[in-house]
Amino acid sequence: MARVLVGCKRVIDYAVKIRVKPDKTGVVKQNVKHSLNPFDEIAVEEAVRMKEKKIATEIVALSCGPSQCQETLRTALAMGADKAIHVEIPDKDYEHVTSLHVSKILAKAAKEINADVVIVGKQSIDDDSAQTAQMVAALLDWPQATFISKAEKVDNVLKITREIDGGLENITAKLPAVISADLRLNEPRYATLPNIMKAKKKPMEKKTPKDFEVDLSSRFDVISVVDPPSREAGVKVESVDDLVSKLKDAGVV
Amino acid sequence: MLSFKRALTLHKQLNSLAQRFASTLVVCEHDNASLQASTLNTLTAASKVGGDITCLVAGTDCAKVAEEVGKVNGVSKVLLADDPVFKGFLAESLTPVILEAHKQFNFTHIFSNASAFGKNLLPRVAAKLDISPISDIIGIEDPDTFVRPIYAGNAIMTLKHKDPIKIVTVRSTAFPPAELGGSASAEPFSADVTNDLTTFEGQELSKSDRPELTSADTVISGGRGMKNGENFQMLYDLADKLNAAVGASRAAVDAGFVPNDMQVGQTGKIVAPKLYVAVGISGAIQHLAGMKDSKVIVAINKDAEAPIFQVADYGLVADLFKVS
Repeated sequence: MARVLVGCKRVIDYAVKIRVKPDKTGVVKQNVKHSLNPFDEIAVEEAVRMKEKKIATEIVALSCGPSQCQETLRTALAMGADKAIHVEIPDKDYEHVTSLHVSKILAKAAKEINADVVIVGKQSIDDDSAQTAQMVAALLDWPQATFISKAEKVDNVLKITREIDGGLENITAKLPAVISADLRLNEPRYATLPNIMKAKKKPMEKKTPKDFEVDLSSRFDVISVVDPPSREAGVKVESVDDLVSKLKDAGVV
Repeated sequence: MLSFKRALTLHKQLNSLAQRFASTLVVCEHDNASLQASTLNTLTAASKVGGDITCLVAGTDCAKVAEEVGKVNGVSKVLLADDPVFKGFLAESLTPVILEAHKQFNFTHIFSNASAFGKNLLPRVAAKLDISPISDIIGIEDPDTFVRPIYAGNAIMTLKHKDPIKIVTVRSTAFPPAELGGSASAEPFSADVTNDLTTFEGQELSKSDRPELTSADTVISGGRGMKNGENFQMLYDLADKLNAAVGASRAAVDAGFVPNDMQVGQTGKIVAPKLYVAVGISGAIQHLAGMKDSKVIVAINKDAEAPIFQVADYGLVADLFKVS
């Protein structure tokens, strides 16, 4: 087994309280802390563990987006990825890039580098779509193993445990395969300072969507982005009896 | 002004004409014995598009489910694809059936639940048709315009889709369940399906007598403040009294107090019960994403500064171990 391709998305940091732009065109992204999508961090960690178990020989991290994505890729390199591909998409075009566009790029890249496994996070925490792994798998006609909490390579198949609504599910997927990481797949490591320094010397290839012959024309128009309806301030109650009587009055118990 | 009005009327007429030609496929989620309740919510969403609704029931020995779906109000046709190849509802086997159904009937919309089932399946179908899918919708403004939450529910996006087919997963808590009253009979449907890519090996489902988390009227959730798994028994006892489901925050799941499928939040289940009781949960953004559409929220927490109190209708600042 040889190569693993990992998708890495740069998103607004999970701890940031986002602000909607007053003109309703989107959320404020300038001067807001960004980082590697938490689920992609888990994907990178899984790839690095595969390499440590000698299942994988090389890890290639790929990110689509503006030039700042290179910082995101450096994080993946510092965690243990061997090289990175930055598919540069200027801010203006990146606004209407959907997971279908990214999936097409990832699928082409997987072919190009001859990947045996593509790993991505199960969803990005900005768009919350949870589509990429499934679409990459479809475009390549590979099996998909989504929302996984465990993966084990036995001969030429992956034994997978998936998180489903009622509990867990076990499947086997033939290689090559596409997998998407759920929260409980692993605990991502911190990049140490020496590794961060080393990551600066690792190769980063710069590409454009044209190199992958992917058409980025927009699939939908954003009509508006607004704040969700806010809840009215509640009351503090003094005791359990008080709480129960208030709930009874409200007719919910 | 008058011409503007006329244009508007014309637009509306064209719109209703478009609605008349709309035809929606709903890919039903079930366990071969009965329909998953949230499929009924998806059917309500499908009815908002206007036009015909066709249901696809694909599984193994699932004729009973097809019969059940036929009785739902508004369903005009039920396609029953019964084949051992659908064991485990793997996306690799279900995708070709959906594509075949689409080839025959030319749907304008393909809907399913925004559950582990629908989220796993529909994007694969969409990519095969070169369509950009739309996840987890909470509103439908017209056959092309959908509303969905982004950033863990901290912003609401309305988008007008330009693709010829709308492939959509529906958040069940945003739509009421469809009612019975239909009489569509199931017709057998088959497609040439082989799947040598994946194999279903089995499931480990958490068993519980309590109502299902996503459809329960009352949900009681525990967080890190529960301290350990044994203490969740207090919540189970309370839940049994109230006929409630029990949920948990990510912290409680990660600490091993309860299994993963009880997690409420951005990456777990989305619930919107009549009453949500958060016990020992601080109220991180990711948790709020899963429950802030509940009608009444009660928070019990000893930290008066916990963010959960900002969304709670009734807050009790107290030690949860004394409150019980």
